[in-house]
Amino acid sequence: MKKLYTDLELQIKSVNYRKSILKYIKIAHAGHTGGSLSCTDILNVLYNDVLNVSSDYFSDQNRDRYIQSKGHSVEALYVVLADQGFFPESDLETLCRFKSKYVGHPTRKVNGIEFNTGALGHGLPLSAGIALASKKDNAGYRVFTLLGDGELAEGSNWEAAMMAAHYKLDNLVAILDHNTLQITGRNRDVLSPYPIDEKFKAFGWSVISVDGNSIPQLRETFRKVPVEKEKPTLIIANTIKGKGVSYMEDVKKWHHGVPTDEQYRQAMEELDQYCAELKLI
Amino acid sequence: MTLKSLSIGKANLDEFSATLMGLAENDKNILAVTSDSRGSGKLTLFGEKFPDQIIEVGIAEQNLVGVAAGLASAGKNVFAASPACFLTTRSLEQIKNDVAYSNQPVTLVGISAGVSYGALGSTHHSIHDVAVLRAINNIQIVVPADNFEAHYALLAAAKSSKPVYLKFGKKAMPDLPRTEEHFEIGKASVICQGDEVAFIACGETVAPAYEAARLLESKGISAEVISMHTINPLDKEMVISVAKKCRVIITVEEHCVNGGLGEACASLLMQEKLFVPFKIVGFPDEETVTGSQTEIFSYYGISAEGLLQTALNLLDR
Repeated sequence: MKKLYTDLELQIKSVNYRKSILKYIKIAHAGHTGGSLSCTDILNVLYNDVLNVSSDYFSDQNRDRYIQSKGHSVEALYVVLADQGFFPESDLETLCRFKSKYVGHPTRKVNGIEFNTGALGHGLPLSAGIALASKKDNAGYRVFTLLGDGELAEGSNWEAAMMAAHYKLDNLVAILDHNTLQITGRNRDVLSPYPIDEKFKAFGWSVISVDGNSIPQLRETFRKVPVEKEKPTLIIANTIKGKGVSYMEDVKKWHHGVPTDEQYRQAMEELDQYCAELKLI
Repeated sequence: MTLKSLSIGKANLDEFSATLMGLAENDKNILAVTSDSRGSGKLTLFGEKFPDQIIEVGIAEQNLVGVAAGLASAGKNVFAASPACFLTTRSLEQIKNDVAYSNQPVTLVGISAGVSYGALGSTHHSIHDVAVLRAINNIQIVVPADNFEAHYALLAAAKSSKPVYLKFGKKAMPDLPRTEEHFEIGKASVICQGDEVAFIACGETVAPAYEAARLLESKGISAEVISMHTINPLDKEMVISVAKKCRVIITVEEHCVNGGLGEACASLLMQEKLFVPFKIVGFPDEETVTGSQTEIFSYYGISAEGLLQTALNLLDR
């Protein structure tokens, strides 16, 4: 049985996750900073409040599955998995080092990771396949996948979206980390994915929007899925790229920027200060 | 040794579907995944008999392979069947990442492979599949020559804990002789033994190689024919032993000469310092002619007469 956390406890966890993400990116001199910070709260709520997944029973065939389609935000996933007890967090000091298993995109060499992802447009087809297996076996487990908004330009997403609705995969939940930025700039300027909600609805999905950096809102939203029986769900999680660090927020260069020593110190101070404010509430 | 004439069996694709039905009957975890390809994959009857064990994803090959990998990760024994021309390049990144790199034991079934769809043109030819898949780690490439190999290749794939690519044509194939009634992925079959000319062939080119061996025999020239049904992992021992025994080697494949069976053998022999007169017979780097498979084979010398002439030229006769 998983521990039941309060919203405040999870909010404090998010601060600590963000600090760890920055710490290991700083040590590695590499990493996808902005996207990891935007999806931190989503991963926090998934692993601490939603997923029936544990390092104690990860080989259980009936566990829920989490597939990180936007694999480049792997630092957030590694930090959350470490907190879940899949491996010691100090392992992440080898992030991106020669022959380290903590590669810059998810690999199954790391305990807790289901699929080798990172090439975009793969998570939704994989998740649809797993969700279909769950249905065939009447196993009841659910599949959650995290998509990037720039990633929606990959056509394979739409092949899988069509198929997931056809097979009525209401045990499939796609979460869109909608931070509106991709490596070149705003999604709407690079190649507009909009209107995202109407597109998915037209493909036969239920669509729900949420503040993707709000722990209470995310918790409430995940409790509602599936929104409609026999339909897969898309949660459009509106997030801020670089969330939690003032000079990184909504700035495209932090897609894979590494902070200088001074920037790192400032980021830690800001996060510590935010954490102190949370505790005063 | 007198080489016998061959009796015609059925298409390897028919053997594939019959064998898969046999497996599905006793195992609910066997799933066929198709991309509007159950007709061309000879899986219509499978779909009728086992409606819960066939998954249709529509004309969407990338999704086909991704879904197959997802199903396999959840414990299903998955056979993803789609025309080889689309399966191996349209979904190449899914094969590389979702199946091979993620090590999901999916069996990818390339339907109507090579120039089986000869008259339909280059869009429908798959003469690149072995080359692209050979460059990807962790995928076994199996090209059965006849119904026997098709049957046992499928059984072996069903048991394999690693990804497999099976390549099937749609022409009725003769039942080939072999020195041992045994099939194992990675172990070539000896169709007939000889010590002057060696044909190392795969898939539907083994039969014309065997016919060429018969013609050579009638001229008093001894020829060995190897069905190199597994191209990855290559049966290196067999290639080396043939090179040590025979005067010349001719590789034959329904594939571009770039990156296929012939180059795999040539690379091995060069690195083993075995310098044997050597010829790769396949499709040259040009826009392949169109027509029936037999016509295309004949045009590029993949016929009893063509291979006989290649052997005589290589022997300087």
